Amino acid sequence: MPTVDISGWTCPTPLRDQPRVVMGHGGGGALSAELVQQIFAPAFGGEILAQLGDSAAVSLGGVRLAFTTDSYVVRPLFFPGGCIGDLAVNGTVNDLAMSGARAAYLSCGFILEEGVEMPVVAGVADAMGAAARAAGVEVATGDTKVVEAGHGDGVYLNTAGIGLIPAGVDLRPQRVVPGDVVIVSGDIGLHGVAIMSVREGLEFGVEIESDCAALGGLVESMLAVTPDLHVLRDPTRGGLAAALCEIATASATGIVVQERAVPVPSAVANACAILGLDPMYVANEGKLVAFVPREHADAVLDAMRAHPLGAGARIIGETVETHPGMVVARTPLGGTRVVDLPLGEQLPRIC
Amino acid sequence: MKYLEEFQNPELARRLLDEIRATVTRPWALMEVCGGQTHTIIRHGIDQLLPDEVELIHGPGCPVCVTPLEVIDKALEIASRPDVIFCSFGDMLRVPGSDRDLFQVRSRGGDVRVVYSPLDALKIAQQNPHREVVFFGIGFETTAPPNAMTVHQARKLGIPNFSLLVSHVRVPPAIEAIMTSPSCRVQAFLAAGHVCSVMGMGEYPALADRFQVPIVVTGFEPLDILEGIRRTVRQLERGEHTVDNAYPRAVRSEGNPAAQAMLADVFEVTDRSWRGIGTIPDSGWRLSERYRDYDAEYRFSVDGITTREPAACRSGEVLQGLIKPHECEAFGTACTPRSPLGATMVSSEGACAAYYLYRRLGPTPTPQEASPVA
Repeated sequence: MPTVDISGWTCPTPLRDQPRVVMGHGGGGALSAELVQQIFAPAFGGEILAQLGDSAAVSLGGVRLAFTTDSYVVRPLFFPGGCIGDLAVNGTVNDLAMSGARAAYLSCGFILEEGVEMPVVAGVADAMGAAARAAGVEVATGDTKVVEAGHGDGVYLNTAGIGLIPAGVDLRPQRVVPGDVVIVSGDIGLHGVAIMSVREGLEFGVEIESDCAALGGLVESMLAVTPDLHVLRDPTRGGLAAALCEIATASATGIVVQERAVPVPSAVANACAILGLDPMYVANEGKLVAFVPREHADAVLDAMRAHPLGAGARIIGETVETHPGMVVARTPLGGTRVVDLPLGEQLPRIC
Repeated sequence: MKYLEEFQNPELARRLLDEIRATVTRPWALMEVCGGQTHTIIRHGIDQLLPDEVELIHGPGCPVCVTPLEVIDKALEIASRPDVIFCSFGDMLRVPGSDRDLFQVRSRGGDVRVVYSPLDALKIAQQNPHREVVFFGIGFETTAPPNAMTVHQARKLGIPNFSLLVSHVRVPPAIEAIMTSPSCRVQAFLAAGHVCSVMGMGEYPALADRFQVPIVVTGFEPLDILEGIRRTVRQLERGEHTVDNAYPRAVRSEGNPAAQAMLADVFEVTDRSWRGIGTIPDSGWRLSERYRDYDAEYRFSVDGITTREPAACRSGEVLQGLIKPHECEAFGTACTPRSPLGATMVSSEGACAAYYLYRRLGPTPTPQEASPVA
């Protein structure tokens, strides 16, 4: 056995830039943020865009509107608990709701792949219609394009939406202050695991359904208790962790999360354990995280629990003066760890 | 899967920690061999909760981290070919080769797919008879048997368009290399439970005797790791050095004979280069002569690959337990998961990435900032 000489050990050249788009640029993590900050924001300019919210709060003719757009490229098109049509309505309705706005009108852009079967298109459209009616929003305008076979995954959708922001409501990360209470509206990780289970053909013992839902009604019931909520976020791509990290950064406050308080259903925990993923980073489509002044926390929590989509609401943490811009989780064993913005997409671990 | 919650029980963890505190009388340095154990230790803050006398040194047991750069470059070369579908476990996609990673190969049109089992890659080969399907077979004794089984199946089913790019490594020779290093500080090992579930415990008594170190086979949940530490510290305090099984629910002393037979049929022991450590004799497997037809290195003639490596990264020392990740000058500044200098910062099981993700408490961390939040 030769002795090990460490003096000459070296490692590979760092990847300091990405010359082409990689999947991680769409993962809702650090790569996504860099793409927006380095290319899109400078190209478009504009103060409103620079706020980088899920939706923009704009004034038009003396009226405060929330305005947003989102694209949907999910595979498979139909999954346990919903389909791309539900997602395209609920996702955009939820982006508006996070500004405190009740969605009023949506646009809908279909990008169809040559060869996709008509019943599939009809199924997606029917689901969109049903979701829109359930959310109390009207699909008012739309567009259709077809791309050649092999250039799409059957159906891509884009929806944009507008809604009125009620007077006295001002939801922004900048309003977060130390001492705020952090509330999540229910079980996390369901959507991401549901998609993974059908996409990869993985069996986790029980079928896990997406939590896809429109949150406008839940937000209204919260605002009815107090319009003085500080910020709301729906933790979609990048999961709860990404949402918390974004708010910590934008508000320059620290966030402490009690890991044991974060509601992770056992089916999600088991699936994540098998795959080596962290539930905190798994996507949700029917949950919100709220930063609430401490004096209103109990009343807001009660209001959330009285609503079907907030029945599982729990306080998971608070904002602090220490470690500004950073999210720290207290582990069940009593240790601490930093919760960081994911780089791109979470990758299943080998062992 | 109810075990998940049971093996993370805070009350039982406290009891184990109390026992460890009551047992320890002087400083000890323990190495947990497996990257999965490192991940659990850091994710749950176990290292913060242990008494100061117990130091955990993070071993070279991350399969992603120790895969040599030369093999990564071969993977990138093969995956770039238009006639190839390259299949891999997910976390290999982000490991940088000399100038790119598998994500970048995919962004340039390479057909790179994440699979969860080598058998999935075999299925893809059956579905795409006119294309070559290559599976990236990396890892320790845990991932080697299914890879061996897949090659065995490929031959049995007569699937000619499947091959394996092999970079398998074995734990016992690595323990030997660590213990014979002049700078070694390791006084005991938490052996990797999943490796032992395959290979059994037969290779360890000779190592324990030769180097006078306790070797405790340990699992991966927080309570498993605390129990492994408790038993290791107890042996150290008593001056013992035996092989102990603290993971009996998964490990039998003889291991899994069927898996071992499959390994013996398909693979043969070879010298293997470990990233950050160098070549260790007899520390790896390659496809045996009988299965050479399924070896991607031969099929695609990726000899002559040369690697280019910078010198800033000290991951070799991290993998040896000679320094902690935050003691590297590049940690958290020049080297982050966003722009890793070394594989220990790439894989979520790498010690550097685990420290960066779970220990960093300031934008530009220093050892002083790497203390727990009050």
